[in-house]
Order: sequence, then structure tokens, then C-alpha cells
Amino acid sequence: MATFRIKRFNPEKQPEPYYEEFQLDIPSGATLLDCMNLIKWTLDGSFSYRMSCRSAICGSCAIKADGHALLACQRQAEHLVKNDETITLEPLGNLKPIKDLVVDFNPFWEKINKVKPYLEPKETPPEKERLQSPQEFRLIDDSSTCIMCGACYSDCNTLEVDENFLGPAALAKAQRFVGDSRDSKTLERVQALSEPGGIWDCTHCGECVERCPKPARPFDRIKEIMTVALDEGVTNNVGARHAMSFFNSVKRSGNLNENRIPVESMGIFNIQGLLSLLPVGLRMFFKGKVPPIIHHSIEEVDDVKRIFKELDQ
Amino acid sequence: MKTYAPSRMELAPRDIVARAEQSEMDAGRGIDGKDMIHLDLRHLGEARIMERLPQIRQLGIDFLGVDCITECLPIQPTAHYSMGGIPTDKDSHVITDEQGTRMKGFFAAGECACVSVHGGNRLGTNSLLEAVVFGERAGKSVLKYATGIDYGGINEGQEKARVLKKFEEVYQRDGSESYNDIRDEMKEIMMSHCGVFRDKEKLKVCIETLNGLQERFAKGKVTDKGKVFNTEIYEIMELGNMLSVAQIIATAALRRQESRGGHFRTDFPKRDDENFLHHSMVYANPDGLEIKSKPVVITKHQPAERTY
Repeated sequence: MATFRIKRFNPEKQPEPYYEEFQLDIPSGATLLDCMNLIKWTLDGSFSYRMSCRSAICGSCAIKADGHALLACQRQAEHLVKNDETITLEPLGNLKPIKDLVVDFNPFWEKINKVKPYLEPKETPPEKERLQSPQEFRLIDDSSTCIMCGACYSDCNTLEVDENFLGPAALAKAQRFVGDSRDSKTLERVQALSEPGGIWDCTHCGECVERCPKPARPFDRIKEIMTVALDEGVTNNVGARHAMSFFNSVKRSGNLNENRIPVESMGIFNIQGLLSLLPVGLRMFFKGKVPPIIHHSIEEVDDVKRIFKELDQ
Repeated sequence: MKTYAPSRMELAPRDIVARAEQSEMDAGRGIDGKDMIHLDLRHLGEARIMERLPQIRQLGIDFLGVDCITECLPIQPTAHYSMGGIPTDKDSHVITDEQGTRMKGFFAAGECACVSVHGGNRLGTNSLLEAVVFGERAGKSVLKYATGIDYGGINEGQEKARVLKKFEEVYQRDGSESYNDIRDEMKEIMMSHCGVFRDKEKLKVCIETLNGLQERFAKGKVTDKGKVFNTEIYEIMELGNMLSVAQIIATAALRRQESRGGHFRTDFPKRDDENFLHHSMVYANPDGLEIKSKPVVITKHQPAERTY
């Protein structure tokens, strides 16, 4: 007997969520969703969650199991609940619960809509289809596999502290069109995506890649947009300046000049931005955390320069 | 598959492969006597499987815990597509009779629709027709229709009351029958009596069983009477719809005394163009289902004997 500890929530009955335990013999070969269905159909009909295809393609049944988002239909229950122990099921994170494991996806869809998830082609539609070479298609193949299940959105660390962040799913969807050879709005797209809440607010933790049930790997897609943004010359923002400053510091000295990076990131002429750094700087100064004023190169700096030179070619 | 389709083997059309699988199981040659057989991909080798079938391999690992590079996949026949559906013309407009009379303002596209292009079998990758061709045609038809009409005189209160009454009817049920049992029994009878192999006796038993399930359905036990995201109530309504569709499928299968595409009658194993080269149009009358015929329009490809 395995124990399914489920976070229950029904605002019609009581305002606070609570945990309820169900005991179940996991049938051989059953997925986690099969077990949830058994609980619903034989133990408690009011247990609520979304599901549809049972084949990991509709993206409806994403939930949190033992703290991490996954597709319930895609995982063998026995792999998740070793030795008949307890598994905790909760609704996806970063979205408001409606009932039990069902969350309100509206903010998620609003952000998907914000990145204009449709082709904006150069010319009027041709008689037949617009062709792409296999190489061109490969650039958008991975992001096309997103099933918008919300697993990445749930476990995104940036979203936890900044609800204005577009989130991994919307940014992966954005790459689907930034990288599309038939699209005409690449520059406008990367400009909009470089605004606050966009690509540069990602903390590079990689959690979205861990949670993605498909090859979409949102963080990899975010990096691709960053590259396009820099190539398109969209550099007049803190994120891009930070990346450039980071790059230049390593190129020059082999390590980070931690006094210079925050200043260069803000922009040397951004007085207001620079002033906003002062309190942090002062606190660091009084705690003795300010890096050495004179920045030294590492001993093997010539090797680093050689690597950069080779990369340039 | 050498016995069943020597020239195409496992790549024969799905209905033929499904019948081959079922025949082996019926002959008692299923794995451990169970309703499954083995699909062996091991001869393809790891490199070819990883290059050509990576998703298939992942499906086996995720859903069954079986890696087809080193093990055989246990398989069995299943419904791959709903042949037939809401009848439409080629502009995705729903039609109500054999003359193609349009039902005003009602459009259908995709797997729910029957544009009458697939016939008795929908072969692999022809699903693209639904997505790419008729999806677009439906969109254009709806746009054309919507720009030419005004909002009708809808009485919002009345419509709301009509829908809420449907919910209330379910909420009011005070029975003891388990909807889970009804659903399981429906699935069981449809698979065993209206599945890969059909005959008159089986189909009659199937229809009787479904009638019994319909009666029990009205006396089901409702456990969640809440109004917030109640998934139980939509599953109940969905089950009601499935029972209706199951009745339609079994009744039409009983009437069609021939074998064609995915529909295989062991008591009538041959195709009979003289009597059955037509679509079945099913109508719900007060005293049961009524079936009428709609002729099939054949242009380029005449039906022919299928040998593989």
C-alpha cells in the first residue's frame, strides 16, 4: 500500500487548504495519473484535477509531486513511490489554486499572448505553403514541441519573486517566432523581449529545463533569444550591458571585475541607476565586502585571450 | 505478420494489423495467455531506433517501463480514430440528411466531423486532412457565415436556465450505481463485442448491455455536488454522451451486414457494394435510433479488393 498525501482545497467548503491521505495498491504498470483516477473513481469523486489525453501530448495533467512539477500521465507511479512510501501531490506553483490540483491558468495564457505567438510574415500569404529548409526548421524544432503544460512556469525561481516575469514557457514560445526564417519582426520581437520581465530577468537556474517534459528546454531557448538580441544590436538595457560587461571583463583579465560590472550594467551615464547602487555599495563597504579597488588579471590571462581569439575566428 | 500480410508485414494498414493481433490473442497465443502480443523492434538496433523512433521508445519507457531497444513492447489493438462523426459537407457545414441540407450556423471539423473523405477506414497520416485542409476550410466558412448575419434574438436568461437545468438534473440524482462501474462495463462490452471482430449475436448482446447501462446511468451516485470546477459532473455528462455514441456505433454495425475498412463482421466477411456502398445517417427518434442511407460519391479511386 502506497500513501498518496494530497493537498485538498475547496473554497465552497473551507477557505484554507489541507492535506488528506489516501491508501492505494499501485497496479503494475500504472502511471501516476492512473492512480489519481483510481482515487477519484473509487475513493473520492470530488478529488479534482485536469486531465485529457493520457499520452503526454495535451499538457493538462501537470501537477507537483514531492515538490517538483511533472506530467502525471508520463511517469510510472512505482518509479515515484519507492517501497510503498508516501508521495505528496500538490497543485502547480506560481499559479492560484481553484480547487484541489486545479490552478487558474489565466496569467500563464496572458503571458503567452504577450509574446505574439503567431507568425508575422513579410509578404501576403502565398497560394501554397511557405517553405523552410530542414536547417531553418531545426532552429524552431525544439521550441515547437512545447505542450504548454505549465511545469516550467510552476517551478520557475524568478516567477516566485517577480510575477511580472514572462516565464520560461512564454519565452520558449517567443523563440519559436524569433528563430523563424519566415518571420519579419525579429528586431521588434527581441526589443520587446529585452524589456523588464523579459529574457534578461531569467536567473539561469535551469530549473525549467529539469521540469520540461518535452525537448523544448525553455532556458536553452532563452539563451538563443539573448544571442539574437545582441546580434541585432539591442544592447541598450541593463541585461545586455551586464552580459557584455561580464564578457569583456573575462576577455581582458580572465576573471570578473566586480566593481566595474554593476556600473557598466547600469550604464555609465545612467545617474539614477548608479545612485540606486549606492546603498548596496555602502553596506558592502561597511561589512568589508568590497572587492579590491585595483583589479588584477589572472596569471594565465594570455591563455584566456588566446581562447577568445580562436572563438572570434 | 507473414500469415496475414506477407508483402507489407507490420506496415500493413492498421485494421489488418489489428485483426492479425486479435486473431493471435483469440487463438490463445497472447503473452502468458493475456490480451497482448509482443512488438519486437530489437533487430533495428539502438542507432536506428534512436534516429528514427526516439519518441516511440520514450513512450514505452514512460508508460510501460519497457525499453524497446532491449525488450519487446507488449501491445494490443485499440481505437485509433473515430470513423464517421458529425456529417458535414466540404465547407465544414453540418448537414442533416442525404441531400446535404445544411444546418444553419452549425460547423464541425477535426475528429468529431465526418466530411466523407476517409470512407470505412482512416489510414495513417491522413489525419493531416482534418488539421490542415478542413481546419482552414472551416475557419473560412465560419468567417463568411458570421460576417453575413446578425446576432439572433437569444434570451440569455432562458438559455442559462436550460443549461443549469441539465446540471440540476444530475445533482438531483439520488441513486447508488457507481459511474466508474458503468464506464468500465461500457468499455469492456464495446471492446469484446463491438471491437475488432463483430457478428450479429455479439452486437445484439452489446446493444442490450448498453440499454441496461443507460438505465443504470440514470440512477447513478453523485458524490460531488459543488459548483466550483466540478470534474465529476462533466465526467458523468461525458459518460452519458459516450453511451449514446456507443449505441449509435453498435446499431449501425448491426445493420451493416458486410465487412468494410475497420468494420469487420465475421458472419459477413466480404464487402458488399450492392447493398452497403453508402453512409449510415443515424437519427434519434422517440422510439429509438433510425438509420438512413446517404450515397457515397466516388470520383477517382474505385473501391478494390485489398491484398497485401
